[in-house]
Amino acid sequence: MADCEGVIDLKASEAIIKCLLEEQVDTVFGYPGGYILNVYDALRRSKINHILVRQEQAAAHSASGYARVSGKVGVCIATSGPGATNLITGIATAYMDSIPMVIFTGQVKSSLIGRDVFQEADITGATESFTKHSYLVKNANELPRIIKDAFYIASTGRPGPVLIDLPDDIQSEEIEFKYPDTVDIRGYKPTTTGHMGQIKRAVKAIEKSSRPLIIAGGGVILAKARAELLRFVEKTGIPVVHTLMGKGALPSQNPHYVGMIGTHGFAEANMAMAKADLLIFIGARIADRAWGGVGDKIPKSVKIIHIDIDPAEIGKNVGTQIPLVGDAKYILTEMTEKIGKLDNSQWLSEIQASKKPQKSGSSDRVEPKYAVRLLSDKLNDNAVLVADVGQNQIWAARNFEDRPNRHFLTSGGLGTMGYALPASVGAKIAEPERQVVAVVGDGGFQMSIQELGTIAANNLGIKIILFNNSRLGMVRELQERRFGKTTEVFLDKNPDFIKLCSAYGIEGIRVNNNSELEKALEVAIEKEGPFLVECLVDPTESTL
Amino acid sequence: MKRHVLSVLVENQSGVLSRVSGLFSRRGYNIDSLSVGETEDPKVSRMTIVVRGDDHILEQIKKQLNKLIDVIKVVELDPEQSVFRELALIKVKTNMTTRASVIEIVDIFRANIVDVAADTLTVEMTGDEAKIEAFIALMDSYGIAEIVRTGLTALQRGNKAIKNLNEI
Repeated sequence: MADCEGVIDLKASEAIIKCLLEEQVDTVFGYPGGYILNVYDALRRSKINHILVRQEQAAAHSASGYARVSGKVGVCIATSGPGATNLITGIATAYMDSIPMVIFTGQVKSSLIGRDVFQEADITGATESFTKHSYLVKNANELPRIIKDAFYIASTGRPGPVLIDLPDDIQSEEIEFKYPDTVDIRGYKPTTTGHMGQIKRAVKAIEKSSRPLIIAGGGVILAKARAELLRFVEKTGIPVVHTLMGKGALPSQNPHYVGMIGTHGFAEANMAMAKADLLIFIGARIADRAWGGVGDKIPKSVKIIHIDIDPAEIGKNVGTQIPLVGDAKYILTEMTEKIGKLDNSQWLSEIQASKKPQKSGSSDRVEPKYAVRLLSDKLNDNAVLVADVGQNQIWAARNFEDRPNRHFLTSGGLGTMGYALPASVGAKIAEPERQVVAVVGDGGFQMSIQELGTIAANNLGIKIILFNNSRLGMVRELQERRFGKTTEVFLDKNPDFIKLCSAYGIEGIRVNNNSELEKALEVAIEKEGPFLVECLVDPTESTL
Repeated sequence: MKRHVLSVLVENQSGVLSRVSGLFSRRGYNIDSLSVGETEDPKVSRMTIVVRGDDHILEQIKKQLNKLIDVIKVVELDPEQSVFRELALIKVKTNMTTRASVIEIVDIFRANIVDVAADTLTVEMTGDEAKIEAFIALMDSYGIAEIVRTGLTALQRGNKAIKNLNEI
């Protein structure tokens, strides 16, 4: 097809790689298999870096970690059937935290779909409720348009994962390739600029309020609106609390910073929520974990402004008087411009005065809250901390100091154990110059322990802080509280993690108590390659 | 709970019906009926969905539908400003003595008999829900062998139309 400008004949698998290059993709995470061979063959001949994970779920988590640190779309690839179904937890994790991702899966030949042949699974059907969109490609010529749309859908509006299922025969078809310049999806026109009338109403409400409070969610970070939030706060003096996903929205040292809300948040942050006369939610879903322990204390008379790029989030969990649909970066900029300088110092100092010093436990073993604080002090200003799920997540979230260029990653929505190790792989590959630390428990570590292979093979200088209490600590706590007895939470027969890492060629130190900790952290940070710091923690250690 | 009729324009592609119906089941919304078919533009299908819920649920349903990439437009139809119709086929048990009276009722309802057998009559009727319900209730005493209903389908009255797809 030489007569049409810019159109070339290309094998579909080659076209897919060309599309990825057009989208500035330089790294993909994946695991090959029988029905994705064509794509891998094209990948082999390209300059795109492929990271071979050890199980497909890790490919999705790594792509997610990569996306969150780089701000780009994360890409992962797996084969059909079990390859695709292994991705599922990773896709759902990304969906709940609104992470931009494009997922390619192999599929059996088009003519065999629906016959339950070897390694066939309906992956678009299975992921329907936790992908932003998905495609089962039926016509190879539509691939460039589909991939262009997929990257656009994944990265705009409220970001999310988009899956493209590629039947084997489609991958090897010859197509007329031209990458589209523009996107026009009639059913998808995300609102980015806020409604000016609503912005003015919000500004007026803030100026009239006497105890306004900002609740920053993950949307502030996804919108790359941290600087805009800071400017808004500096001009208005409004105190800021945050959700788990909103950790990092405002540096912890900022005088307006109060702390994390919710069931695992700080009392003063929840108290501020209950006392405020105006709540300004920014990019927060206000799900049960954030609203828990405080929602019922909030008087009905409180005014609520809810800023979110997803209109469906507004009014879903809490009612609102002033809905503001749009991009947090844009809206905060507009509001900062329109609002007068306010004095909220009395309200702020009232909240700050209620702050209690953090409890420090007394333990013969390593005290995890102290350990995270010490770690935080030792790390650079632009370090990335990836927390797993369980007690370790809360220890990390409550004690890791947020600085303007730091990143805190965790599975906040789905709460996926095993997230931290593979996500830290993605983070380290996205920005190799930054320190990347995975904070894990002995339960979650073993859910993704095979990724030590990926870390070792790529010599990724990830530091693993393992809090080993030989328990599923958070479940143990929940059981004690609700049933008085514990069951199936005992991991006393854990392997020797130092030896295990050593088998992968990864060095490590076991830390028995607080006094040995500082030296171990220094060694870990000093070392070039990956390193394990195994902290032995009392099995009865509490989350809060 | 109040009944609402939504008219939803979607891309005429495979997978759309599953996405829409899946949304209702997984978010726990109650759905009375759903009918779907091609429109004047073969690339667009129109779904008529009858749902039950309070204003809060209805708003969420509309927003969640709008989030689906394949959904082009969602409009709630005002019963005063719209024509609602449903088609039902009703197979009524009849014998020599009852047949005539069944036919009489069919005529009153302006329905049609589309099939006759020795001991059944199949009636085709179109109308709003109340009319169909009334007819079914009357037929009950004769004995109903089978019923099939299409679910509600609807259009706005007059020159109102859900259009200009590319401008929305």
